[in-house]
Amino acid sequence: MNKRMIAYVQGLLMVCEAGLLLLPLITALIYGESTVSAFIFTICLLCVVGLVLIKFKPKDKTIYARDGLVIVALGWIILSLFGALPYYISGEIPRFIDALFETVSGLTTTGASILSEVESMSKSLLFWRNFTNWIGGMGVLVFVMAVLPLSGGGGDLHLMKAEAPGPSVGKLVPKSNKTARILYLIYFALTAACAIFLLIGGLPLFDSITTAFGTAGTGGFSIYNDSFGSASPYCRTVIAVFMALFGINFNIYFLLLIKRFKDAFKSEELWTYIGIIIASVTVITINISNQFSSIGEAFHHASFQVSSLMTSTGFSSTDFNQWPELSRTILIMMMCVGACAGSTGGGFKVSRLILLVKYAAKELRSVSHPRSVKVLKFEGRRVKDETIRGTTAYFIVYVAIFCLSLILISFDKGDTTTNITSVISLLNNMGPNMGDRIVDSASGIISGGPLTNFGPFSNLSKIVFILDMLFGRLEFFPLIVLLTPSRSLRQKLSNRKRL
Amino acid sequence: MNIIVVGIGKVGYTVAEQLAQEKHDVTIIDTNEEVINDTLQDIDVIGVIGNGAVSKTLLDAGIDECDMLIALTGSDELNILACLLAKKLGADSTIARVRNLEYSNDLKIIKDSLGLTMAVNPEKEAAAEIQRILKFPTARNVTFFGHDQVDILSFVANKSCSLTDKAIKDSFSKLKTQALACAVERNDEVFIPTGDFVVQEHDTLAVLTPTKTAPDFFKQIGYKMQDIKNIMIIGGGKIAMYLADSLSHINVNTTIIEKDLETAKNISDFFPHINVVHGDGTNRSLLLEEGLLEADAFICLTGIDEENIVLSLFAKNASPKIKTITKVNHTLFSEVIKTLDIDSVVYPKFTTADIIMKNVRAKQSGNERNDVQKLTRIINNRVEAVEFEVGADSQLIGKTLTELNIRKNILLGSITRGKDVIIPKGSDALCAGDTVVIVTSTERLLNLDDILE
Repeated sequence: MNKRMIAYVQGLLMVCEAGLLLLPLITALIYGESTVSAFIFTICLLCVVGLVLIKFKPKDKTIYARDGLVIVALGWIILSLFGALPYYISGEIPRFIDALFETVSGLTTTGASILSEVESMSKSLLFWRNFTNWIGGMGVLVFVMAVLPLSGGGGDLHLMKAEAPGPSVGKLVPKSNKTARILYLIYFALTAACAIFLLIGGLPLFDSITTAFGTAGTGGFSIYNDSFGSASPYCRTVIAVFMALFGINFNIYFLLLIKRFKDAFKSEELWTYIGIIIASVTVITINISNQFSSIGEAFHHASFQVSSLMTSTGFSSTDFNQWPELSRTILIMMMCVGACAGSTGGGFKVSRLILLVKYAAKELRSVSHPRSVKVLKFEGRRVKDETIRGTTAYFIVYVAIFCLSLILISFDKGDTTTNITSVISLLNNMGPNMGDRIVDSASGIISGGPLTNFGPFSNLSKIVFILDMLFGRLEFFPLIVLLTPSRSLRQKLSNRKRL
Repeated sequence: MNIIVVGIGKVGYTVAEQLAQEKHDVTIIDTNEEVINDTLQDIDVIGVIGNGAVSKTLLDAGIDECDMLIALTGSDELNILACLLAKKLGADSTIARVRNLEYSNDLKIIKDSLGLTMAVNPEKEAAAEIQRILKFPTARNVTFFGHDQVDILSFVANKSCSLTDKAIKDSFSKLKTQALACAVERNDEVFIPTGDFVVQEHDTLAVLTPTKTAPDFFKQIGYKMQDIKNIMIIGGGKIAMYLADSLSHINVNTTIIEKDLETAKNISDFFPHINVVHGDGTNRSLLLEEGLLEADAFICLTGIDEENIVLSLFAKNASPKIKTITKVNHTLFSEVIKTLDIDSVVYPKFTTADIIMKNVRAKQSGNERNDVQKLTRIINNRVEAVEFEVGADSQLIGKTLTELNIRKNILLGSITRGKDVIIPKGSDALCAGDTVVIVTSTERLLNLDDILE
């Protein structure tokens, strides 16, 4: 393992985070808020530690596969720890674990909150909160890579693979750093478009930008207490459309950009994604139509909610916890499926689902025709057995972590539905959960729903949730590699035992 | 530039790696998915899986916006086909590897009618390099410039060498012939020496000298010029064929030992005057029987690197005076091979990569004149020697070299003007139409004017 290089990249990341923190600092200065000192302190701390780490430039800049995973996992943990400081120092979130939960939730684009009251927060912290959504959406290392090439060799690809969502990551253009730049360019342009459409709808500038951040990263932090329950139908429509857009694989935008329309619209994943959205919206609209005054309004809320939960954003236009059981079940399932690979969305990813379904179909066929030969194809290409194995392993790890988290959460006071939906929601970087019991703050019972929050959970549960969010965003493997002791360490430990 | 490399074998990989290092956008094409995936882990390029001579694959790789396609698959025909297709689909220039001896005579027709920018023939180049080494057996490697008028000879300084333990400015000024030390390698470090540099024993020196006086140079510094009369070649592959072809014009006795009977017969058919032996070149008694002890040069050209190296070591052991030349295909362990006592080592894939890089840079500079004429890397590829033609619009013309502000780590080695070769002093100046050889350890030169501060 190239430890010097790992430390060096962490240094770069810290300086980078310090740079990103300048934006909320400027916000604080504009609004003349007391959070200025908290931001300045965090920026200075990051710069000092970061610059010290950068000072020791490694001679050998090779990044091996394992290094790539460790860099990404460690990087995200460090970013979250430092990113939590402004909340904590300013005293607006008095407990550090809560501040950390909020930051991780932001960076992993989850959007789950421990706050019940966000509108009273200072503007600069609200900005930082939603900005973390935006940064986490495309990935911090991809951002660093866009600014400067790290290893210069194939090592950058390991980083991109470890950070970008989806089962297979390809470059768009030969150079890794150019690929990263193109991705950020598309991301930035779409975010700007979203903000402009919101501005046209009459939203103030601050609200437009922060909402665009939350939408673009498919994060789901809202600056309003009731998410988008009281927003205008126009704004909700804009947000619903953009959420769906950000859930599409960015490769498709690149293909459109270089005018290869035919290739772009051939994508199997894209059509499956659109298909799932249309089918769910139809069923839910019919199912909830009697709760709303018109079928139009039902369609409006159904499409907003489907778009929000499919892309793992987690905005809500209404309390969907009150919807009929069928709709709620469909929504929970959509949470698990998630968005397309290579998008900013979370979840299991549509492409993985397609692969597993195709694989299952093939195996079922071979039961009745044991000698039949069928080649699995996805996006017009033959799927390697390796990919199938990788996806199956991913699925198993996914279920295992889900079960483990659920057991740990059960020690808390929530009911079963709340617990299950909470874990699903956080593991898939969604945000809101659902619950069975009626909220009764006096009894201390935790219950779910888009309008409730994660504040009442115990510290143990919060730690489990924080890990779940990171697991979900980084797709398990980087964090698992980081938490598994290296072979030499294991050897040392076992030697000690023998002695 | 956008460059597509078709066929990722040994040469293809080296070329792609060097192009990526020089910051080009490289797309690689190969039919083998594993090769593509492995390459992507190591170098910063993008890969397309498929047959490079099929338009769909080429379009996938973005042929319409590509500046250059380099076809390096194992098959000559496939390379030519890929280039033909690439040209039609919009590639600006195309380079194909064509190495079959039988095609080499028709190469010009193929090149012209298909619009190829260049056809590289690594085997032929390697054979030419071996022949140059045979001319100067004391040297480890020989590079020639300016239509065979200037050579860069690299050799190891030994005890009897008159340069050893003296400062360069003293020892070189005593020579009667023109010569210039352009690079020295000592313990893995490479210097471009100044006049005060003191040469030590075991240093590898690269010396630039006019070809005509090169034998004289070696005599003056105390090396005996032994004439090569008897040559033994192990392995009758393509390089051996090209080598035999060029050796047939000079008066030497050549023995080729080849394992495969059909190949052996084929060589004998082409070159009747050569002594072709059918047998296993790794057989010790066969080597002795065929006159290893009488041979002046021993050249190992089998397809297996390890075999070549061990055979050379054996020959050196059996007959210490013998000059051994070893072909090595894999470059991964070149730093270890360098420490072995096996005289010269030839890496065909570096030679090929050098030729291709020269073309890429010439194209990149986009300048008709001032173009890179030749590019070679000497001293284990640590130092670049680049030959330029001085264009009429060059900023270097009309000033003496002392007046020019030439950058550090760059050495102007020689000026060839018509038939004269000048090793320049401060008072010399350049004219349009000269060719110059520039030696540099750090810079990547595209254009002659790049050498100025």
